Amino acid sequence: MSTPKTETLEADVLVIGGGTGGPMAAIRAKQANPNLRVVLLEKANVKRSGAISMGMDGLNNAVIPGYATPEQYVKEITIANDGIVHQQALMAYANGSYDMIRYLDSLDVKFEKDGAGDYAVRKVHHMGTYVLPMPQGHHVKKVLYRQLRRLRIGVINRYMATRLLTTPDGRIGGAIGVNTRTSEFLVIRARTVIMACGAAGRLGLPASGYLFGTYENAANCGDGHAMAYHAGAELANLECYQINPLIKDYNGPSCAYVTGPFGGYTANNKGARFIECDYWSGQMMLEFWRELQSGNGPVFLNMTHLAPETVGEIETILHSNERPSRGRFHAGRGTDYRHRMVEMHISEIGFCAGHSASGVWVDERARTSVPGLYAAGDMASVPHNYMLGAFVNGAIAGEEAARFCAEVDLPEPDPDAIAAEQERVLAPTRRTDGLTPHEVEYKTRRLVNDYLAPPKITAKMRIAQERFAEIRDDLNALVARDPHELMRALEVQSILDCADMAAAASLYRTESRWGFYHYRIDHPETDNDDWFCHTMLFKDSDGAMRHRKRAIDPYVVPVDATEMTAYQNLRIVPAEAAE
Amino acid sequence: MPLADHAASVPVVVDDAKCIAAKGCTVCVDVCPLDVLAIDLVRGSAYMKYDECWYCMPCEVDCPTGAVTVNIPYLLR
Repeated sequence: MSTPKTETLEADVLVIGGGTGGPMAAIRAKQANPNLRVVLLEKANVKRSGAISMGMDGLNNAVIPGYATPEQYVKEITIANDGIVHQQALMAYANGSYDMIRYLDSLDVKFEKDGAGDYAVRKVHHMGTYVLPMPQGHHVKKVLYRQLRRLRIGVINRYMATRLLTTPDGRIGGAIGVNTRTSEFLVIRARTVIMACGAAGRLGLPASGYLFGTYENAANCGDGHAMAYHAGAELANLECYQINPLIKDYNGPSCAYVTGPFGGYTANNKGARFIECDYWSGQMMLEFWRELQSGNGPVFLNMTHLAPETVGEIETILHSNERPSRGRFHAGRGTDYRHRMVEMHISEIGFCAGHSASGVWVDERARTSVPGLYAAGDMASVPHNYMLGAFVNGAIAGEEAARFCAEVDLPEPDPDAIAAEQERVLAPTRRTDGLTPHEVEYKTRRLVNDYLAPPKITAKMRIAQERFAEIRDDLNALVARDPHELMRALEVQSILDCADMAAAASLYRTESRWGFYHYRIDHPETDNDDWFCHTMLFKDSDGAMRHRKRAIDPYVVPVDATEMTAYQNLRIVPAEAAE
Repeated sequence: MPLADHAASVPVVVDDAKCIAAKGCTVCVDVCPLDVLAIDLVRGSAYMKYDECWYCMPCEVDCPTGAVTVNIPYLLR
């Protein structure tokens, strides 16, 4: 058996993932201490990787003085998540929000301003005002890239991290990666590691059946969740899935956050509003799902009533930012916002703290439960992060890691662990026949749809676990004929890990919470006596998946019981029924 | 089990007359988040090698000669 070509590198701060939070973490770590060796490892190319590959059309959670206070924001996100939040982390984000906006502004990221030069903040949330449009937000990645170059951060593109390295005493020790074009290995010894690997966005199968027709950048397949799990980190509230209201078939945002402030709204097939607020929450998704079930579906985004100039402005934003090909999609179907409502649908499931709440557990200092390991962005557990949250929490992670570096030595890697990982990685290349990554992925994700998507049913989720166990055996037959296929073969292993975690976490929490995200038919009520807590999922020392409850830390912003239900009353009651 | 090769239509189209891969350009290949593009060394132009497209458009937007067009994958259209 040939010995794989392996290079070894040393770093003080290793950042895995060069999308949004990762570059900012690297920038802040380097700014905190320019002498640190900061390495940014990216599966694709930092120039165009991650969720904001083509920029972003707005900030969805800007906490800007004069419009909102950190306390108001923390309260709103607490309520939107049925109370299951680590408020300290929300507050750390909220406190850093405005400074980050001004920093991005200073780097020439363009935000909408009014005639007086003030930020033109809009209301989309149920309670507060937090949306700052970015009509020219298509260049965010270029701005980040310029900073990475200026600070001379070591960028390594086209290497996929496959496992984290840990020390015998459970501290982080670095990571091992494989080149996606040559299958050469890279071992990075590191004092600290910051993970910013994005959402687990290739978990459910899109209704189109196209594996890469996902809401998330399809490169974000849950590698980060799987690596953190295998390194012994705890993952929080994974049963709180991400499920989004998206353009039917295109599977991207339509987008109510952009169109809402202009007067666009979510409507049923009669053109009538049925929800009070288009801000994404589990409760909103539950009403969306009910409308689809009721015979009033499909659900649409309606802009047909808007002035042609307004629609023109919306088109300019939506067809040049974030997912610009949506304009091309609409053109192909003859959908003109002026004359026809945009058909929407309910997405497949995923894990994403960007819009939902689950992920690798982090505290208010972006620390995971593994010393020296940090996480930020869509894969970390700070709820409703969005792009700005990835930046702020990435910055926090960078500063924390820079500080922690001074306290620890560079760990010595375990050669046996590296050899074992290389064998696991290369196994699919040693076979000439067997199962392709595509078909194993398709089957896994199809089963996720069939058995894990809400409404969640205990008997179905148990069947899912049986099927996933069979697929785990099938992994021993995976074939990769080139380095690209090997990348997909490794990704499908992460996808299967995430599918197992989704099933186990959903079975553990025997109540319903977060509207549609964790709607369990066998346990339809919310049970605050037993389940007003975080659920933590982790790999035990015997290799088994385990759970525990984690108490909610005392709130820093109190929430009245009367306010706590605000997001549970999103359905518009027709006038005659209300009388 | 033995393997079969499936044919698939691919959404990214490259205009050979405009593509300057023969002169060493690899911009579209470099920026693709899914790494699905490649250079055909015989034809001297870029092409979509793997049907794994997120229809995100950096390949089209960043191409210096306007040779690349991203279509919506057929299954979604």
